[in-house]
Amino acid sequence: MVNLTIDNKKIEAEAGQTILEVSRENGIVIPTLCSNEALEPSGACRMCLVEVKHGKRTRIVTSCLYQVAEGLIVDTKSERVLAARRLVLQLLLARCPESKQLREMAEELGIQPEPRFTPDQDKSKCILCRMCVRTCEKVVGVCAIGFSYRGSEKNVCTPFQEDSVSCIGCGACAYVCPSGHIEMETTETGDSRKIWGRTFKMKSCKVCGRYFAPEDQLKFISTTTGVPVDDLAVCISCR
Amino acid sequence: MTTKIKSFDELKSIQERLKAGRDPKKPCITICVGTGCLAYGTQKLVDNFRAELAKRNLTEKIGFRTTGCHGFCERGPMVVIAPDKIFYQRVGLEDAAEIIDKTLLKGEIIERLLYVDPATGQKVTREDDVPFYKKQTRLVFGLNSKVDPESLDDYLAIGGYTALGKALTGMKPEAIIQEVIKANLRGRGGGGFPAGWKWDSTRKAQGDPKYVICNADEGDPGAYMDRSLLEGNPHLVLEGMIIGAFAIGSSQGYIYARNEYPLAIKNITLAIEQARQAGLLGENILGTGFNFDVKINRGGGAFVCGESSALFASLEGRAGEPRAKYIHATDKGLYDKPTNLNNVETWANVPFIIDRGADWYASIGTAGSKGTKIFSLVGKINNTGLVEVPMGTKLREIVFDIGGGIPGGKKFKAIQTGGPSGGCIPEQYLDMGVDFDELTKIGSMMGSGGMIVMDEDNCMVDVARYFTNFLVSESCGKCVPCREGVRRMRDILADITEGKGQEGDVELLEKMAAAIIDGSLCALGNSAPNPVLSTIRYFRDEYEAHIKHKRCPAGVCKALILYSIDPEKCTGCTLCSKVCPTGAAAGERKKAHAIDKALCTKCGACRESCKFDAIIVR
Repeated sequence: MVNLTIDNKKIEAEAGQTILEVSRENGIVIPTLCSNEALEPSGACRMCLVEVKHGKRTRIVTSCLYQVAEGLIVDTKSERVLAARRLVLQLLLARCPESKQLREMAEELGIQPEPRFTPDQDKSKCILCRMCVRTCEKVVGVCAIGFSYRGSEKNVCTPFQEDSVSCIGCGACAYVCPSGHIEMETTETGDSRKIWGRTFKMKSCKVCGRYFAPEDQLKFISTTTGVPVDDLAVCISCR
Repeated sequence: MTTKIKSFDELKSIQERLKAGRDPKKPCITICVGTGCLAYGTQKLVDNFRAELAKRNLTEKIGFRTTGCHGFCERGPMVVIAPDKIFYQRVGLEDAAEIIDKTLLKGEIIERLLYVDPATGQKVTREDDVPFYKKQTRLVFGLNSKVDPESLDDYLAIGGYTALGKALTGMKPEAIIQEVIKANLRGRGGGGFPAGWKWDSTRKAQGDPKYVICNADEGDPGAYMDRSLLEGNPHLVLEGMIIGAFAIGSSQGYIYARNEYPLAIKNITLAIEQARQAGLLGENILGTGFNFDVKINRGGGAFVCGESSALFASLEGRAGEPRAKYIHATDKGLYDKPTNLNNVETWANVPFIIDRGADWYASIGTAGSKGTKIFSLVGKINNTGLVEVPMGTKLREIVFDIGGGIPGGKKFKAIQTGGPSGGCIPEQYLDMGVDFDELTKIGSMMGSGGMIVMDEDNCMVDVARYFTNFLVSESCGKCVPCREGVRRMRDILADITEGKGQEGDVELLEKMAAAIIDGSLCALGNSAPNPVLSTIRYFRDEYEAHIKHKRCPAGVCKALILYSIDPEKCTGCTLCSKVCPTGAAAGERKKAHAIDKALCTKCGACRESCKFDAIIVR
């Protein structure tokens, strides 16, 4: 166990935990845009920055990655931290002016858009939090999407922006997408869904008959687990 | 060299034999075939020399050597003739026969090929007397002109691999590290972190295998010292790496080199092959039982891959994106194993420290920065080239004594050091000694050693916009402050140069810069605001002139300037009307011309062509 202080509160935490984890356990709110419990931290959004003092040295660190240490003094709302967070959110508001999630967060944190930043016109809602790419690779194990280009041209897409061959239509990317950028269309009857340019045929539940999962996803699960597809063809409610 | 050298003693005897076989009094023609000189077409000159020597049956009597870059790129193609070190510059591609017949056979000096010292107007015959070289300390880089980079024998003949033999047979790994710590060798790639401490941490780290890497992903615009070292003396870099690997306890090394450096990759590939065959690399090096080998990895040209964690990602086959470095690479670097990364120039310094000792090495330089540093001196400077000076040398000496000052008698305005994310240093600091700490103090940095000189015709807002734009294109795009923030800074700078700057822009830029420095994930983002901050710090008046008075004092920003012709000075020579691409500059012969503002694209061709200084830019 290590003893540290976060926002003047004395806290005991397990070694190896990150500042973000410990803060959350202790009811201290640190805003984040790229953090998800199912995923390893990535440190991309920079909203979770905090100021730490260890010995004589004070510095700004990423709380989702920085591990707690004995005697660490953490300030989650210092002037420097708030200034960096304000800029990050203002920059994202200018990038995705139509994102409801960003507007709500800005209101909560009392941050106004910076009038000097002309809002982007491309209607993209992607904030490049990378959660979709990380989910597809680390949770689903498929790697159907990734990044192309770099810098401000960077975007999430399938390889060569062609219809993905490896996508199984599971929709996990659309599910984790915090800004509603990734769209998944499902037909009225639910017999097919469209994502990343491909249409996936849905399987109906052997018991209740409801369409519940793409056939490609069940085939993928069957291949990785060895369970026959037929045994997987029962929806969660009927299992 | 086809058989493996089995001991340090055998190495020494081979060195002696090679040295004895070389008569220092024998005439020898040395030609620089570094990338700069090759671009002048020097290969043709080399072919001509070979053909002319063969024609005269002189190939035995007269030595001929092609070498890597000598540094004085401004005056290439360059030929140096031993033993007197007669220095010919701007040699014509067809001059080979004349040089052989006159200088080598008759001892006559060809006056037209001599360098003229612009300060005195005197012709200089010997290389050592050329002011550009005279005031340098060419410790590391100087060896380039003594070896053919394709010849291991050349390197051995000047005592190459002695330091390796000494380290492997006479020193314990810990003692080697202590020597490097005592020498206070600091990383030449940018950060200036003490190399010895890094070696020590990697040696002590848990984990196996351990890797040593040579960072040859030099990406600063205008910087080419690492390229020239790899091209010109690959064995020196390799020797440094092998010593480091032995000290650290590593058996696998990598050289991460830019694919845009084909000659560097060719020469280091050959050097690795030669070293393997000679038993200097691979298994049982010099019969000591130490094993170490090196692989080359070619980078795709992303600037960010020079950053250590992005370099590891790229080497592992992933996209070159940095990660937070709360756990040091010395503990978890490449493939999460202990890794020691140093750049080309840092490795090249190692053999000198081991060979001549830490005390000798530490006697060069300043209190906090030891040894020499190679700078790439470019921009508005008479002697463009690579310059090696002791740490602590005054900027004024580099720019004026070695660099020969600014062309055209223009006034010095600033020198940009440290690459695109370095800072612009104004005239008031010209007498400052250049080392890691002094440069940081005044808002710039050493970086990898780029130096870009600017004169009165450079607009500092435009300069800031240029470097910021470079960093926008080179941001990896992972974290928000760098990806989005630097681009917004660039947009504001572009607005200012286009006359659309607003009151409060400078303050906003300063505020953004502070947040980007605090908020970015890696050193690229952390240092990206430097060009903006340093130009605001030292040239705030130029920003204000653009924003408040919609005026570009240097006459660079097209939206803020107008071209006109001074009727008093214009002689009606018609030259401007001939070079003007749009027909804006026009007039009758022998009568004052005028510029039609509606047609003028402000390209500046008229001003460059006018012999009477009659073009006014305001």
